[in-house]
Amino acid sequence: MEAPATETPERPPAGLSASPKPSTRPTAFQESAPQTAPPPLSPDLAVDRYHRSTGRTADRMFRVATGFCAAMIAALILVVILFMVKGSIPAFKDHGLGAILSSAWDPTNQKYGALTFLFGTAYTSLIGMVIALPLAVLTAVALVEILPSGPAKAISLAVELLAAIPSVLLGLWGIFELVPLVRRFEISVYRSPLGLRKLPIFSGSPLGVGFLAAGLLLAIMALPFILSVSREVLLQVPNAQREAAYALGATRWQAIRRFILPYSWKGIFGAALLGLARVLGETMAVTMVIGNTPQIKASLFASGYTLASVIANEFTEAPSELAISALISLGLILLLLSVTLNAAARIMLIYLNRSSGAPQGAK
Amino acid sequence: MTSRSLVCAAIATLLLAPAAFAQTTSLSGAGGTFIYPLASKWFNEYNKLNPKIQINYQSIGSGGGIRQFSTEQTVDFGETDGPMSDQQLKESKVQPVFHFPMALGGVVPVYNVPGVSLRFSGPTLAGIFLGKIAMWDDPAIVKDNPGAKLPADAITVVHRADGSGTTYTWVDFLSKVSPEFQKQVGVGTSVTWPVGLGGKGNEGVSGMVKQTPGSIGYVELIYALQTKIEYAPVQNAAGAFLNASLASVSAAAATAKIPADYRVSITNAPGKAAYPISTFTWILATPSMKDPAKKKALHDFLTWAVTKGQSYTEELGYAPLPKSLVAQELKDIGKMK
Repeated sequence: MEAPATETPERPPAGLSASPKPSTRPTAFQESAPQTAPPPLSPDLAVDRYHRSTGRTADRMFRVATGFCAAMIAALILVVILFMVKGSIPAFKDHGLGAILSSAWDPTNQKYGALTFLFGTAYTSLIGMVIALPLAVLTAVALVEILPSGPAKAISLAVELLAAIPSVLLGLWGIFELVPLVRRFEISVYRSPLGLRKLPIFSGSPLGVGFLAAGLLLAIMALPFILSVSREVLLQVPNAQREAAYALGATRWQAIRRFILPYSWKGIFGAALLGLARVLGETMAVTMVIGNTPQIKASLFASGYTLASVIANEFTEAPSELAISALISLGLILLLLSVTLNAAARIMLIYLNRSSGAPQGAK
Repeated sequence: MTSRSLVCAAIATLLLAPAAFAQTTSLSGAGGTFIYPLASKWFNEYNKLNPKIQINYQSIGSGGGIRQFSTEQTVDFGETDGPMSDQQLKESKVQPVFHFPMALGGVVPVYNVPGVSLRFSGPTLAGIFLGKIAMWDDPAIVKDNPGAKLPADAITVVHRADGSGTTYTWVDFLSKVSPEFQKQVGVGTSVTWPVGLGGKGNEGVSGMVKQTPGSIGYVELIYALQTKIEYAPVQNAAGAFLNASLASVSAAAATAKIPADYRVSITNAPGKAAYPISTFTWILATPSMKDPAKKKALHDFLTWAVTKGQSYTEELGYAPLPKSLVAQELKDIGKMK
């Protein structure tokens, strides 16, 4: 889909930052890293024509190699998009755009509408992001600004391990541990004397599987991504920024709120986009806990279905060429959704930049 | 001297080795996941008996097996849990296509109603999976289970979310016993369910049923036997409530009317001992294979699989083909020569 590498946070001006991956946590009053002087030119290198010429050849080869790699990535994306467009043509021809965007899903009668799945993907992603984003950003702040380095390191390690859990395992854990927990919560809402179950988002029978369980799993999966990028972003905040804040008599809360977060919000935004990309396409774990029912319901307790899940479920036993084409068209819709969200976020970023000017200290 | 002759022998072996390899015939197949454990056992045992024949099988799903064999022509034989439709046969680039039943499987209802042992008639199951029967103390369930203490709880239906032969067999049976089910849901590997949750795979369905009090779902007999979950007896066409077992599944194939091309659903088969939700799994092959060595290898393997190979079925949880059917099949496999 999109290249996550482009989302890396802006680097602060050279010289202010510590090394790109600081191993130690800079404390508020730590001296900023002294600028290292460039090593003196080796006299040998300066005169040795042989070395210089091989250097030039290597330079050229290096340029070709890197250019080739970059071009390959672009070509790869193009090939995937072409495949999906080509693959979904039969479905679009047979149905027309209206039928593809309808909510009717009935493979026995050759009806393949995408709307219920589009809704499921959007709704579960929204739930996942609403839970994961604040949790991740606050944890990142705690790791960088508040906790002593020992516990901070331990937590960072735990987060990296969390990212390494295969999603099918998280799905299994979801079925056997998370879903019963969610069901217990849903039952308590269902029986609550306040009549909470009359609210549209809490309506329906308390089964455990559904949008809420899927959203929670997605939050767990997005968390390490958002958290580790946010942490890197916060570490890039120049110590001068912190020192200035504290020198002005700011409390820790004020320093974080007024100086550190404004400096890094763009990077955190990028982190959130990365998390969103992960969440949109997640397949296996969601499939295991969402209930796989193609329906559009506002209730968190209702079961649903996502684009990625239906492709994974139906592909192996797709009864006809048309069914396969319909599934590929669902993939194309997922890709479009992802690209649209990304583009919208970028446009918003540009717009915000222009209208508000650079926030204090941010470049 | 001896060393020189040894060297000569070594060189001769090296020179002859490619010729020996060239005589190895390798067959490739693709199809359903249901038969995979049995198929890999078969290919392994058959290779021990005939080291020059190598059979590779990819369990990519029945739909994939049909496509790879009939339209894309990338494999020597296909495999499927549901017979090819007339439409698929017409579109096939391989002609003619033979269906050979290789083994049998069953589908069983599993439920989670603590403290009660239940049994079901076909129309009751259809009513439950249509959403018409929504409570455990519904008169229809009471009628099937005289004397059982049924709770006044809602029924949660769990079905397969992924397209599968298990679903095909299940809805095929429900459609035969309930015209309403036939009309509203129909038959296919993936259908639109009026009610219920979807679990991925047998393990997804059984996991959800185990987790959700008041739920009912369906899984493959093999899966139920291996994981030792309790399943319910189902009423067959002769009116008897029958627990699925390898014997009662085989009995369905013995009493069902089998047409000449073997493309037949044996759900709701007549006969007092026949379990009603049973199905064949078929290998798809064609006598129009170009390579004579491959053709002979496939012919020999199929002959072995429906005769001696059947002895491996029961230990792996498959029901063996009934003897009467094997005799009929051997004649048709002979046409592959």
